[in-house]
Amino acid sequence: MESLYAITTGILSACGLYLTLRGRTFPVVVGLTLLSYAVNLFLFSMGGLTTDGAAIINGAADYADPLPQALVLTAIVIGFAMTAFVVILAMRARADMGNDHVDGRKQDIGETPR
Amino acid sequence: MMQHLIVLPVLVPLFAGILLLISRHGMTRTKRLVGVTATGLLVIIGIALLSRAASGQIIYYALGDWQPPFGIVLVLDRLSALMVLLTALLALGAVVFACAGDDEKGSNFHGLFQLQLMGINGAFLTGDLFNLFVFFEVLLLASYALLLHGGGKARIQAGVHYVVLNLAGSSLFLIAVGVLYGATGTLNMADMATRISELPAERAGLVTAGALMLLVVFGLKAAILPLYFWLPRAYSAAPAPVAALFAIMTKVGIYAILRVYSLIFGESAGPLAALEQPWVWWLSLGTMVAASVGVLAARDLRLLVAYLVLVSVGTLLAGIGMGSPEATSALLYYLVHSTLITGGLFLLADMIGNQRVKAGTRLVKGRPFRQSGWLSGLFLVGAVAVAGLPPLSGAIGKLLILEAADAAQRPWLWPVILATGLCALIALSRAGSTLFWRCQGEPAGDTLSTRQWFGVAWLLGAAPLLVVLAGPVSDYTRATADQLADPQAMVNALLNPGTAP
Repeated sequence: MESLYAITTGILSACGLYLTLRGRTFPVVVGLTLLSYAVNLFLFSMGGLTTDGAAIINGAADYADPLPQALVLTAIVIGFAMTAFVVILAMRARADMGNDHVDGRKQDIGETPR
Repeated sequence: MMQHLIVLPVLVPLFAGILLLISRHGMTRTKRLVGVTATGLLVIIGIALLSRAASGQIIYYALGDWQPPFGIVLVLDRLSALMVLLTALLALGAVVFACAGDDEKGSNFHGLFQLQLMGINGAFLTGDLFNLFVFFEVLLLASYALLLHGGGKARIQAGVHYVVLNLAGSSLFLIAVGVLYGATGTLNMADMATRISELPAERAGLVTAGALMLLVVFGLKAAILPLYFWLPRAYSAAPAPVAALFAIMTKVGIYAILRVYSLIFGESAGPLAALEQPWVWWLSLGTMVAASVGVLAARDLRLLVAYLVLVSVGTLLAGIGMGSPEATSALLYYLVHSTLITGGLFLLADMIGNQRVKAGTRLVKGRPFRQSGWLSGLFLVGAVAVAGLPPLSGAIGKLLILEAADAAQRPWLWPVILATGLCALIALSRAGSTLFWRCQGEPAGDTLSTRQWFGVAWLLGAAPLLVVLAGPVSDYTRATADQLADPQAMVNALLNPGTAP
């Protein structure tokens, strides 16, 4: 299970990183979203991966660490708000600049300036 | 009431911010009144906190009465009290300045301003690593919206870079916190310090990776060498009161580096002690050099001030890189000075741009000023202070930092700091002579309002005041540095209340 989990997290963050480095705002937003998913998975695994563990410590010897779950919940909420903000910002930038390049320049994305 | 004082710097702006967000438009007078009153209250609370912390006692506030290391704590020591007071002083100048009209150029200025103050104060007070992340996000979210206040192409463009970079930085912060939690099993900073001192050897690599990732995140916030490219554009595009408040934002990064590495990776951390030092030291020198090139190349007054912020970041980091209590004490004095002065210069640059109408803050020939006497006088005060010339506070701050360097560091630090000061001097004298002497035509700008004058004078007044009060201030920063050099006191205060002196 650990290796599957690690590979999933790794692929997600690699894709996220690649897309974040793109020139247009839409791939960048998607990349940031993927990156935050990868981070959430990673955080979740930091308490150690267990199966069949009790959710609440009730004298049970085998329990799942509750703290990473709380952290992931917080991180999801914050990540969600941030994604919403960056989507709106990207749309605003598209409207104000007339193109969707992160630097707001046309010539960098292979379009001839009009 | 007294024991709840620590949580007030977070709660006052929170409630003021909520109150201010009720109506989006209109009620200008009421909003200004609430905003200024809340910020004024923060100054009073800051003074009360500082006088409490000055005794050297470390007090913590357990939120929800969950005792450390399990609950989230707010910790008050000399450093956090100093930072909270500094934020409040800077914010008061900025918010009064904004009341002259900048706040009505977009919506929700005062509400966002208060929420940003809440994030900054929270970041200074928290004693929990994950909570630090949350407060970073609070201050960043408010700063995204404030940066875009008023709109315009330049702001949107700078805003996209700023937001995307900081989102990536937040992801990295979470990874670092996750790694450190996985390796030590705690998030409370004091508890983490004790766990790291008894860390099994096979986890040392993991903790090192986590700690250096944190350095990247804090470096992004503080804008150190390879991570500063967002700053000049964002700061020069932001509305003046926001740019002035942003002067404290880079210091949040500096504060975080100082706090995390002095407490968690202090002497007790064994092989991991002071693992950030070599990185910070060389990067600080690089930051200063790159920033002085920027200072010389800037063709706009606001851009020039933004690069001066970078110079101050480099100087402060050098203080951290030296790693002695003397250097920490010197950097804290310089931090107070540089925050207030660069904040004041951003406000002043806006007033200058306002008077020149078309030429704005670009360093070209323009119209003469209506009130050039006062403006040029204030510019002189700001320039002398920020370039580090005697008799104002910059000279004392730089002197303290130069003096704190030991024999091996001097050949590197002294030339860099002195040359940086020279570059700032050249750039500022060129800017000043272009702005105030090379003018033609009739004055056309509006008369500047008293609120703007107050804001600028409030912040730039720190320069002579810090000279007059240099004794008490440096005594306080010296005591702060000694407190930081002894992380065990913090650990005892939080985790073993019985043994605390």
